[in-house]
Amino acid sequence: MVRRSSPVSSTLAHLALFCGAIFMLTPFFWMIVTSFKTPDEVFLAEFQLLPTKWGGTANYIAAFTEAPLLRLMVNGAVVSLAILVVQVIVAAPCAYALAKIPFRGSGILMAAVLLGLMIPIQVPALPIYIAFAYFGLLDSYTALIMPFSISVFCIFLLRQFFKTFPQEIIEAARLDGYSEFGIVWCIVFPTALPAIAAFSIFSIIAHWNDLYWPLIVITEPSLATPPLGLMMFRQSSQAGGNIGALMAASTIVIAPLVIAFLFAQAQFIRGLTVTGLK
Amino acid sequence: MTTASTIDRPVRQYDFGTMWLLVFPATALLLAFLVIPTALVVVLSFTDYELGKEGLRYIGITNYSDMLADRVFWQSVRNTALYVALVVPGSIFIALAVALLIERRSVLARFYKVAFFLPVTATLVAMATVWEFILHPSIGLANHLLSVLRIDPIRFLSDPDWAIVSLAAIGIWQSIGFNMVLFLAGLSSIPKEIDEAAALDGAAGGIDRFMIVTWPLLGPTTLFVTITTAINAMRVFESVAVITQGGPNKATEVILYSIYLEAFQYFRTGYASALTVVFLLVTVSLIILQMRLADRKVHY
Repeated sequence: MVRRSSPVSSTLAHLALFCGAIFMLTPFFWMIVTSFKTPDEVFLAEFQLLPTKWGGTANYIAAFTEAPLLRLMVNGAVVSLAILVVQVIVAAPCAYALAKIPFRGSGILMAAVLLGLMIPIQVPALPIYIAFAYFGLLDSYTALIMPFSISVFCIFLLRQFFKTFPQEIIEAARLDGYSEFGIVWCIVFPTALPAIAAFSIFSIIAHWNDLYWPLIVITEPSLATPPLGLMMFRQSSQAGGNIGALMAASTIVIAPLVIAFLFAQAQFIRGLTVTGLK
Repeated sequence: MTTASTIDRPVRQYDFGTMWLLVFPATALLLAFLVIPTALVVVLSFTDYELGKEGLRYIGITNYSDMLADRVFWQSVRNTALYVALVVPGSIFIALAVALLIERRSVLARFYKVAFFLPVTATLVAMATVWEFILHPSIGLANHLLSVLRIDPIRFLSDPDWAIVSLAAIGIWQSIGFNMVLFLAGLSSIPKEIDEAAALDGAAGGIDRFMIVTWPLLGPTTLFVTITTAINAMRVFESVAVITQGGPNKATEVILYSIYLEAFQYFRTGYASALTVVFLLVTVSLIILQMRLADRKVHY
């Protein structure tokens, strides 16, 4: 018998949820509406919900010309995809070895992986920065990508997944003449695609949105990732106070992930909470 | 060279070369970007190293004693603690309420979930920019709405008493969705029979039933959500870097922002390393606490 709530309490619940949802969505709504307004209306002292004059075209043109927005988006895509690909290529063989092959030192390596899970990027950032400065690697894609080439989280996640893979199949593959790398990529890896999908969403969101590391290693605007480029644009446009263009740029920066989220809600939620639900 | 071998499986000799190839890239990168730099931060925290200067000297715990004597350090600790103390209960209470209200509702449930989760996916730097504009003293939406209620404009971001509270509100807005999903997962694992048994036993009202059944059974989820939220709140950086830069008058100087300034703006590497070590110790203790509590969650 599922309890039915009374119409009154149900209405109250919907009212509360609806008000809450409106509050959550207000910044998005306000951002988009403002990106369509002309400067006069943005700086109006009285409240005005919708634009009466169309300023959208000018704002979006300004966002794409004054901020190198297209370049930023390409940088963001290149950097977060490169990070993801390298992370998986590096992590999968290691995770397979940790899950399926007893070898000397595997205990120490696993301990290092578990310890690594606790260390946020802000901790090793300082020495890595010094090393990059020494080798002249600052202001480069390499500087943006390299520190994240190792994901202990990816190793940990894949190892958990690989552990359940039947040992007999691996033995049979070895008898069939597969090398260990052949086993990793052709036999074990394809079964881990759900875990890879969740990790991909987690990784791409984390690095598309990251500010701390790009802020440290990048000063050249043409190499900035979307958050950093937006911050640079904000600082430069404050003098002119072109808030409409700033809102237009913000809209464009959040668009790819928000649209992807709307199309694949369940996968996004799983990908983002996989860290928490382990 | 294999050391371990199990009885139920034929012992296999793994050729060292292959093993090495499987594990070497990950191990090398783990050492290069995690283990060695973290060890170096600890070492640097005992030196007077400054980026760009020649040489460095061992100066013992001077950085740490300087830190304890520094007013700005304590200010940033206080601000971070206040931020965490506002975000954790705020985000958890709202997320729990939303999860309880959404659960078992079929109409519009999907819309609510999307609305509450949307801020989690949106780039925080962009949304911080939007919030800054919403909280603007004269042309911001927030003060427009307050004026409808005949409340005088509030300088949300430039009043030292308000600034950290405003940032905490943004932090809550951003984290509710994530915690809501964790609570929904926790709620769905509670067997419906228990709830109904409680109803039969006379726990009539919804609040009664929540206090007697749901809340105790959600205990492990709540602990987990609390510590995760605390760890994330401790790492607040974006909203400070974008909106306030630690101001007004250091009212929003938080620990990660101090580390960023000392390390990458003032280049006082040794001192920044000491700050980083303290930051790491607090993070790690929270994670260890979380793991301890998680171990105990088997018996409610």
